[in-house]
Amino acid sequence: MHELGIVFHMIDLLERVADENQVQKIASVTLELGEVSGVVPRELTSCWDWAVKKTARMSGARLVLETIPAVTQCGDCRETYPTVPQGRICPYCGSENTWLARGNEIELKEIEAC
Amino acid sequence: MDQFKVIEIKQSVFADNDREADRVRARLKEEGTFLLNLMSSPGAGKTTTLLRTIEALRDQMRIGVMEADIDSDVDARAVAGAGVRSIQLHTGGMCHLDAGMTEQGLNELGTADLDLVVLENVGNLVCPAEFDTGAVKNAMILSVPEGHDKPLKYPLIFTVCDVLLINKIDVLPYFDFDLDKVREYARRRNPRLEIFPICAKTGQGIEAWTRWLKDQAEAWH
Repeated sequence: MHELGIVFHMIDLLERVADENQVQKIASVTLELGEVSGVVPRELTSCWDWAVKKTARMSGARLVLETIPAVTQCGDCRETYPTVPQGRICPYCGSENTWLARGNEIELKEIEAC
Repeated sequence: MDQFKVIEIKQSVFADNDREADRVRARLKEEGTFLLNLMSSPGAGKTTTLLRTIEALRDQMRIGVMEADIDSDVDARAVAGAGVRSIQLHTGGMCHLDAGMTEQGLNELGTADLDLVVLENVGNLVCPAEFDTGAVKNAMILSVPEGHDKPLKYPLIFTVCDVLLINKIDVLPYFDFDLDKVREYARRRNPRLEIFPICAKTGQGIEAWTRWLKDQAEAWH
């Protein structure tokens, strides 16, 4: 359910960007979504489609989602590996001293506007 | 014909909220008011723990409480009965508070004359962890019946918290809850996490927890 909160923050940020660039209409919004960001794409799209209807400049704007694969870094052997199939134990050396290098992003990349 | 062009943004969706949260913290620092964001799943004992905490610190600090709920004022009434200033925040269906809502709450509560404000966040282990409220420290309550595997299932909240209260330790004999395991799992996510086993109902462990909280609040002055 936090998808709705995320959508409201996106709309606030986009309104500001639209003001700064003197934009009248936004046709599409591209969002980069990390594979382990905890956001459910279908929920996000559904909240987006509902919420933008109430805005003047974003009504009907398409939400484009680009997935960023999650990658974990091992602090011991310095290898990196895909997070989702492996989890937090390094498949190369068995270490638990690992951290997420990328994959939790929720980032506005670009918009198409006029 | 409308000419559409691509405008690059490259900003985290949380960027504005994070900036707002930093503004809230700067204001609290100036006032010398310590804000604790208290999170847990529903039924872990947030309100009971809060009442015990108020009871322990009421004579030493000026305390205010902000109760966030989707609806109702059940918790705010309970806290008002404890003799501290409190307000109810309704999130209007949202599952968390963000920095903007917290700031509105602080304005309504009035914080200049308070040493400690506790924000009782919406009961949920996922959404509140995503949004920085502007609190100085984040606390989480995990209760024994919920199970010791929660740090594995809800990693983010354990990462963003400074302190973990393990509540309802009086029922430990009846559950397959392993205190050592929860410590291990939680510290894997967050090596700096402070952990206090408590029982809000009987008062066990409350002294160590409230001493920690008071030290943190005094260090903020």
